[in-house]
Amino acid sequence: MGPVKLEIRNLTKAYPGILALRDFSAVFHGGKVYALLGKNGSGKSTFVKCLSGAVVPTSGQILLDGRPVSFRTPVDAAQEGFAVVYQELSLILDFTVAENILLGRYVMTGPGGRTIDWRKTNRQAAEILESLKIDIPVTTRVADLSVGQRQVIEIAKAMAQNPRVLFLDEPTSALARHEIESLMDVVRTSRDQGVVVIFITHKLSEIRGIADYVTVLRDNTHVGTVPISEATPKMVVHMMFGETALQSRPADLPVRDEVRLKVCGLTRANKYENIDFEVHAGEILGIAGMLGAGRSELLRGIFGADPIDAGHIVINGETVTRPSIQTMKRLGLGMTMENRKDEGLIQIMSIQDNLCMAGIDAVGRGGFISNARQAPVTRRWIERLQIRAPDPMMEVQSLSGGNQQKVVVGSWLNTDPSVMFFDEPTRGIDIQAKQQIFQIMWELSRKGLSVVFVSSELEELLEVCHRIIIMESGRFIDEVRDPENTTIDQLYALCMAEAAR
Amino acid sequence: MTPTGNTMRKFSERSTRSTFSLRKLKDFVLELILLAIILALAAGAPGFASWDNAMNILRNASMTGVIAFGMTFVIISGEIDISVGSEVAFFGCLLAVITQDLGELGWPLGVAILLGVIVCFATAIVIGIITGWIRHTLNVPTFITTLAWMAALRGGAYLLTNSFPVTPYPDWFFFFGSGFIAGIPFQAVVFLIVFAATWFLSKYTVLGRSIYAIGGNAESARLSGIKVRKVRMIVMAMISVFAVMSGIMVSSQIQAGNPTVGAGLEFTVISACVIGGVSLMGGKGRIWGTFVGVLFLEVILNGMTLLNIDEYWQYVARAVLILGAVLIYQVQAIGKRG
Repeated sequence: MGPVKLEIRNLTKAYPGILALRDFSAVFHGGKVYALLGKNGSGKSTFVKCLSGAVVPTSGQILLDGRPVSFRTPVDAAQEGFAVVYQELSLILDFTVAENILLGRYVMTGPGGRTIDWRKTNRQAAEILESLKIDIPVTTRVADLSVGQRQVIEIAKAMAQNPRVLFLDEPTSALARHEIESLMDVVRTSRDQGVVVIFITHKLSEIRGIADYVTVLRDNTHVGTVPISEATPKMVVHMMFGETALQSRPADLPVRDEVRLKVCGLTRANKYENIDFEVHAGEILGIAGMLGAGRSELLRGIFGADPIDAGHIVINGETVTRPSIQTMKRLGLGMTMENRKDEGLIQIMSIQDNLCMAGIDAVGRGGFISNARQAPVTRRWIERLQIRAPDPMMEVQSLSGGNQQKVVVGSWLNTDPSVMFFDEPTRGIDIQAKQQIFQIMWELSRKGLSVVFVSSELEELLEVCHRIIIMESGRFIDEVRDPENTTIDQLYALCMAEAAR
Repeated sequence: MTPTGNTMRKFSERSTRSTFSLRKLKDFVLELILLAIILALAAGAPGFASWDNAMNILRNASMTGVIAFGMTFVIISGEIDISVGSEVAFFGCLLAVITQDLGELGWPLGVAILLGVIVCFATAIVIGIITGWIRHTLNVPTFITTLAWMAALRGGAYLLTNSFPVTPYPDWFFFFGSGFIAGIPFQAVVFLIVFAATWFLSKYTVLGRSIYAIGGNAESARLSGIKVRKVRMIVMAMISVFAVMSGIMVSSQIQAGNPTVGAGLEFTVISACVIGGVSLMGGKGRIWGTFVGVLFLEVILNGMTLLNIDEYWQYVARAVLILGAVLIYQVQAIGKRG
């Protein structure tokens, strides 16, 4: 067995109303890499937060080599030997590699030790890089490095603190294939120093070459850790999803013959290529795929939020070759953005103003607008979409995520669209609000609108859609025509197919 | 320890009930302080409480005030314009030089002035559109672009006039600086009209709401289909147009095009907005607040003159006002959050 032994006993984190982590118990050994898997909301991030001092667990014990440890802040956690490399890079771009690695822990010299000894600092940083077999000069500015190199430096920065447990939070999500390989080398070197490496990822294909064990979370607790040699994809998927009973779409939502939206040969360099599809009136089309498959980029391109390089769109019989948001809005397209907080809403404005944002021209008349015009519209959507808002004049940021999402939807429904795009509408909202969002989509379908629904939650797509397209690396690779008779394992396998090949 | 839902509800009920009437008053702290100062000056400063003095205050308020309403939109949209002082000087000089030159060519002065005014407004709009376009398309902060305008236009004013005041105007032109309409100074009328128009714009037009939206979150606004570039150009053009109006009134009042006027005006204007509660972070602010802010500065200055206090104390007073007002808003914001 490896030199370090991390034992977690009954770790629990409760927030008012929910148990974000429930009775998590597991043993991790040093010198091994553990792939931490679980779908969104399964408790992965809470687990990492508890072990990095970002949040304080409600109950339970953490033992390092048999000795109980506890910490209340990330600084405490780092001192106990827990280091985390987050997805978002934390490096200072204008500093050198050495400055970043030893930030705040420079080698000091001079009277009273108040001057930085750059020679020794650089040498120390170089030694750290050498021990990890990283070949990057320490005096390079981080801004001059590639994203992959930065990620590697991020790991070196964590390893510089001599951690005993190292968490890597989706470190490869932004990397190209050849960069992933050199990152994995650094992970292996770190592992060989006797550290427990816990590797959080979505990509099953990636863990084959690096992980020794697969640790799966479901329903906010640990469902099992198995050696990689025994973990078949089928088994892992089953552990992640369990026996899920899927809700089904109401029967009275027929797809009509009329084509509302037709996309022909749509291309944007390095994002998506030669995309063709049609959506009929009343149809709910799902687009599935892994992170970075180009789903959001495709919808944004059609909507006119980002430029396209080639292809055209036919919406309600009109052909558009250079979509702009204004044009697409006029022709009947609406879209709720993936990033609700920064791209969908204006947080410091009132619920009423946000509800009247996309349809501001329709709510007003001839460029004029008033409370008298906005108030009835606001009341109508608050009632119809069941937005829980005590006062429509309150800032929209006071609402819960689900209610904020409904405000965005209401705002677009004011434009009287015939096609609605929903990009990850259920991210970060509770189950009840999710069901209400589904109800809204079904209601739109019943009225003959076309809906395109992008979600990372595969079971949602199976529950809601008439048809699901699977996207991978900017291309459509498969299609599910009968979601009713498809299991989540099958859909997951289709999404993974290309990556596994 | 997390409070249970029950105790939280009790707490919020209690706080709403006990502060309901107070909260109403709290939203008018600045207005109340201004009112108190006006009452104090009326009681203590000889000649303060008279119609003539009130009109005098409004007249003096117009030079900064007209621009301050434009600045309110600029700041709400998340931008800044520090070139307005130079614009006032430049357009005053441009108008005087055009009038003089055309007059020397034998044009009737009325026609020459009219043409000069048209040229000034057109130039102002172009300047604003350029600033807005650079901001939007090249992502250069308006602070930098208008810093450049500030230097260029001040220099332009000196170059146009050879650094001497130009005095080509006929007597009737002085109406715009010292005339009266129904007993109210012309400048005060302009001030009140611009106030009413910008207030309406901010509250009752799609353009007004779009300005707030862009200042609140330009990306969300863009993705909602708001024409961000167009709005930015309009906002920057609008403040330049107001600067021209102020420039004409100043020229008329001093009966000349003078390249030295308006120095430091931009900061008086920004002060008025800040005192009125316009947030430099963008997205928040009211035309009414700016109106109160402008009056505040003018009333204090007027009162100090009447009380024979050294005029340089006005700068100290302004400092106290700015910091005091911002502290009040900050305390209110924290109170609302808590």
